[in-house]
Amino acid sequence: MQRIIKQLVFFIILLVAWEGLVRAGGWTPDVMPKPTDVWQALVRGFGDKTLIYDLVASFQRLFIGLLISLMLGIGLGILLAKSKTADETLGSLILALQSVPSIVWLPLAIMWFGLNEKAVIFIVVLGGTLVMTINMRMGIKNVSPLYIRAAQTMGSRGLDLFLKVIFPAAVPYAVTGVRLAWAFAWRALMAGEILSTGPGLGYTLKYASDFGDMSLVIAVMILIGVIGTAVDYAFFQRVEKNVMRRWGLESS
Amino acid sequence: MFLHIDHINKQFTNNKVVNDVLVDINLTIREGEFVSILGPSGCGKSTLLSMVAGLSEASSGEIKLEGKTIKKPGKDRGMVFQQAALFPWLNVEENVMFPLRKEMKKKEAKQTARKFLQMVQLSNYAAHYPHELSGGMQQRVAIARALAMNPKMLLMDEPFGALDEQTRARMHAELEKIWIETKKTILFVTHSISESIKLSDRIIVMGTQPGTIIADIKVDLPRPRRFDQKEAIHLEKKINLLLKNEIDKVVKEELSYAANH
Ligand SMILES: Nc1ncnc2c1ncn2[C@@H]1O[C@H](COP(=O)(O)OP(=O)(O)OP(=O)(O)O)[C@@H](O)[C@H]1O
Ligand SMILES: [Mg+2]
Repeated sequence: MQRIIKQLVFFIILLVAWEGLVRAGGWTPDVMPKPTDVWQALVRGFGDKTLIYDLVASFQRLFIGLLISLMLGIGLGILLAKSKTADETLGSLILALQSVPSIVWLPLAIMWFGLNEKAVIFIVVLGGTLVMTINMRMGIKNVSPLYIRAAQTMGSRGLDLFLKVIFPAAVPYAVTGVRLAWAFAWRALMAGEILSTGPGLGYTLKYASDFGDMSLVIAVMILIGVIGTAVDYAFFQRVEKNVMRRWGLESS
Repeated sequence: MFLHIDHINKQFTNNKVVNDVLVDINLTIREGEFVSILGPSGCGKSTLLSMVAGLSEASSGEIKLEGKTIKKPGKDRGMVFQQAALFPWLNVEENVMFPLRKEMKKKEAKQTARKFLQMVQLSNYAAHYPHELSGGMQQRVAIARALAMNPKMLLMDEPFGALDEQTRARMHAELEKIWIETKKTILFVTHSISESIKLSDRIIVMGTQPGTIIADIKVDLPRPRRFDQKEAIHLEKKINLLLKNEIDKVVKEELSYAANH
């Protein structure tokens, strides 16, 4: 409770200071909007449903992209953990690709898929797949040998050993992988939408910028941040915490 | 002749340096016997036990259970490790059912699991997850899990080594009761002299560097055993003396290593 009160006070002070500074400086909303302008833009956006359509469209892409990247990431992660050759070759490529922001693939994606949904989803998939792969690989490699030995003495081996012991033992890493994949995919999605077509939150942001509507730009920025944090906090952190506790990996 | 360990040698090679860990181990265990393997740290007790479990291979020699050479792990040998090694994603009952999945219908497996959880007095914890149990309770679940698959023998590698003194004493009583009830052959690794005297029919004392059997001692005392019995005290002294020489050997070697480096 303490923390929530502190946060509340902090954000109220921030908003009041923002409003006061802009009023005192005499900036017009097309340069630096006030919180009240942003609020109005939000009300307008939700009132005429454009922001709702944007949200639905963005989440659709995100969902498809994330789903594909999780499946790819799990598959590739298992491959890298199990095959030394694949790890030494493909693994090094994946590590190298990890340092390239996925958005730089957009020009190529547009050449391949056209300026449409598919190009954006491709960027989202790239954004999520690599972290998922790396975490899944780590998870499988770090399964305690004790679990494996115990399972072997109980007659488990081969595929059964993998499905019933190694994979479940790797779940904590996989959960972290999913959480990071979501974060990367969300960023990639926004970047992709800004640079391609709509509807979508990112597209509306660019559209608002073209028309000099900075109130809407900031409204969308806030929306992006709030959704990113809310999903992470309300869902992923909770799941991760539960899994860590159950798997006995909690540090405290 | 139930378990027959025949001329076992084991070497590990590290950076091209060959290290003899076990040399010419010969041991025969009768069905239903409770045998402890006692020795200083590093003498190869775990290595020997994991070869009986089929988890690692001997460099030479062979181990036979009821005449059949051991090559792989199998359900005829249940193993209990120092850490309980329960699967954290399964609850207590599901953990005990793990080795039964393939050979039984679910209902039957559940009944079997219940029976063995009862034996270790944990029926009330069937739906709990391992992280909700104390170390002693986890180890009892591990014992129930190993017994549930009805193995011919139970291999235990310092199963109570991580427990506090009181819990350990309780576990000793419980294991003794289970042993009498089930008549399983038990091969029990420990480095506690009193633990081995409390529990076993026979104590195999091992020496170190390389690991060899230096004594095979019968413990012919009525159960349940107490530590203030004269014979128990006498036995403890005798084993202490045997082990002291071995530990001195390790210390001497370490000192000379330190002097030369
Ligand atoms: N995989 C391995 N590779 C190389 N050396 C090993 C390996 N496993 C064990 N050893 C060596 O073999 C020796 C015996 O190990 P082992 O674990 O069997 O001892 P232990 O008697 O069980 O000791 P403790 O009482 O400490 O558990 C040790 O010197 C150890 O360093
Ligand atoms: Mg050991």
